[in-house]
Amino acid sequence: MPEQPVARPDSRETVSLYLVGVVLLVVLPLLNVLTPEDSWLHLSDFRLNQFGKFLCFAILALGLDLIWGYCGVLSMGQGVFFGFGAYCMGMYLALQIGTESVYGSELPDFMVWTQVKELPLFWYPFKSIVGGVLGAILVPVLFATLFGFLAFRSRIKGVYFAIITQALAFAAWLVFNRNETRLGGTNGLTDFKQALGFRLSDPSTQRGLYIITVLALGASYLFCRWIVASRAGKVLIAIRDSESRVTFSGYTPWMYKLFVFVVSAGLAGLAGMLYVPQVGIITPAQIGVLPSLEVVIWVAVGGRGTLIGAVLGAVAVNYGRSVLTNYFPEAWPFILGGLFVVVVTMFPDGLLGMIRKVTARKDTPAPVSNADGRTAA
Amino acid sequence: MTDGDLILNCENVVMDYDGFKALNNCNFRVQYNELRVVIGPNGAGKTTLLDVICGKTTPTSGKILFGKGINLVGKNAEDITKLGVGRKFQAPSVYGNLSVWQNLDLSVKRPSKGVFPTLMGRSSPAERVRIEETLETIGLSTHAHDRAGALSHGQKQWLEIGMVILQEPSLLLVDEPVAGMSDKETEQTGRLLTSLSEKQAIVVIEHDMDFVRQIAKIVTVLAEGTVICEGTVDAVQADDHVREIYLGRAKVAH
Repeated sequence: MPEQPVARPDSRETVSLYLVGVVLLVVLPLLNVLTPEDSWLHLSDFRLNQFGKFLCFAILALGLDLIWGYCGVLSMGQGVFFGFGAYCMGMYLALQIGTESVYGSELPDFMVWTQVKELPLFWYPFKSIVGGVLGAILVPVLFATLFGFLAFRSRIKGVYFAIITQALAFAAWLVFNRNETRLGGTNGLTDFKQALGFRLSDPSTQRGLYIITVLALGASYLFCRWIVASRAGKVLIAIRDSESRVTFSGYTPWMYKLFVFVVSAGLAGLAGMLYVPQVGIITPAQIGVLPSLEVVIWVAVGGRGTLIGAVLGAVAVNYGRSVLTNYFPEAWPFILGGLFVVVVTMFPDGLLGMIRKVTARKDTPAPVSNADGRTAA
Repeated sequence: MTDGDLILNCENVVMDYDGFKALNNCNFRVQYNELRVVIGPNGAGKTTLLDVICGKTTPTSGKILFGKGINLVGKNAEDITKLGVGRKFQAPSVYGNLSVWQNLDLSVKRPSKGVFPTLMGRSSPAERVRIEETLETIGLSTHAHDRAGALSHGQKQWLEIGMVILQEPSLLLVDEPVAGMSDKETEQTGRLLTSLSEKQAIVVIEHDMDFVRQIAKIVTVLAEGTVICEGTVDAVQADDHVREIYLGRAKVAH
């Protein structure tokens, strides 16, 4: 029997997904709250918080998978959109510090050091949580709309698009590093105390943020699934396979690229927004060329063009980092680079491809890999 | 022949690539519901002719009038497709990672192919019937849910023809459809194109003279970017000028 042509979870995978959802949403927080601290079942506040961080990265990876895995457009600037989201939330949190700051001023500390006497105008919207949340989504979305319009409209494709997005990441890093940008320079924004009256240092606040992140990841995943299952999702794959045919079927490919680019930027902004209150700091080091490249590695390692693979890759690589940097702190970049090379050359379907191969039932044919190495079953 | 019968009227079309004239004052006319075959030696400008008609490239000068006098020169490919010009490329270009059905579904003519209508779009029962009919026409009914990338070369060519048919073009441009096909596939393709020409005008570029004999009523011979002769297959093969151009090439004078 002919198989479904595009990678999509079968019924067992759907069941597994629900299970994972329940574990993330219910079981882990309960293990954190209900078990005594010395129990082997206990999940520490630190671990739960760390997981929340990984799940933020998973949202970021979903967006990249949508544009790269499905549409074949490699964006190496996702870290910038993540940064926009993170800084918007960070600005809200920085203004919430109020007079609890080191210098006791209403202004964030870095403004006191850098002799800023009055709050810059562009900080005003972030006095309210509404500004922080809306800004975290809208700033990346609007920026991606403008940037994507200029790039895709001029038919910039393939490696050229990858290069200009990388240049964008570098430019953003330079801009955010400057003190004159009034965003804390190289130190970024940190030392947050509270949001909406909840203390960020309180484990229950962190648990709440973790649960919000799980829900946001679930919603993002379903949204991406909806897009790729729609006819427009098929157009994305068609653009990857034969862009000229798409044009001669009456579609305008650049508009579709712009659409997924904007969606991926919005997801990256959402990820950044949720990341900041859980990690407590955002600096330019988290938004430049390297962090943007790492997203590409997560998606490649997890398995491109599958959505689940992106989530899996983001969590697995970051978990691997947290474990391995304890033992071999210097070796991590080499491990990460080596992992990327091995996956791309030997396991083009990534972790998810391997899992699907291992768990494939005997009576169904093994997933067929096509020329560019995507699972077809 | 009056202009009113013409679906396509190329007047003095020039395509100048930095001094090389791929098309040189080319005048080419096609009537409604005609199946026209274009032949010519390599580099004669056959593919370029299709490219300028469908908007893949813009000619340096000249007019290309389509249907009721719409000039296609300067319009982009998407708009020309919407006006009713369908293009089948020489190398099969189908969406390898989608199923045959999905390939056809994306190609169906719809009022809007913008992002949001497509995102919300569902196939109507009428569209499904049309896709099934097309699958029948191109002989791929049993492969509807196969991955298009797994089809044979000939099947991919038919699939792409099917995709172009579903756009309901009034003019179909087909570039070397039988290259690389077996004899049996070639014959089936000939029958397919002949039956399609009852509903729309078709321009076919071809090298294979047996195939040309099978399908052609009128043949246009192109050489050095200009039409040098037009007529039945026999008349064209008997033409001295054509023989001269093909001298040493066994393709026509066999």
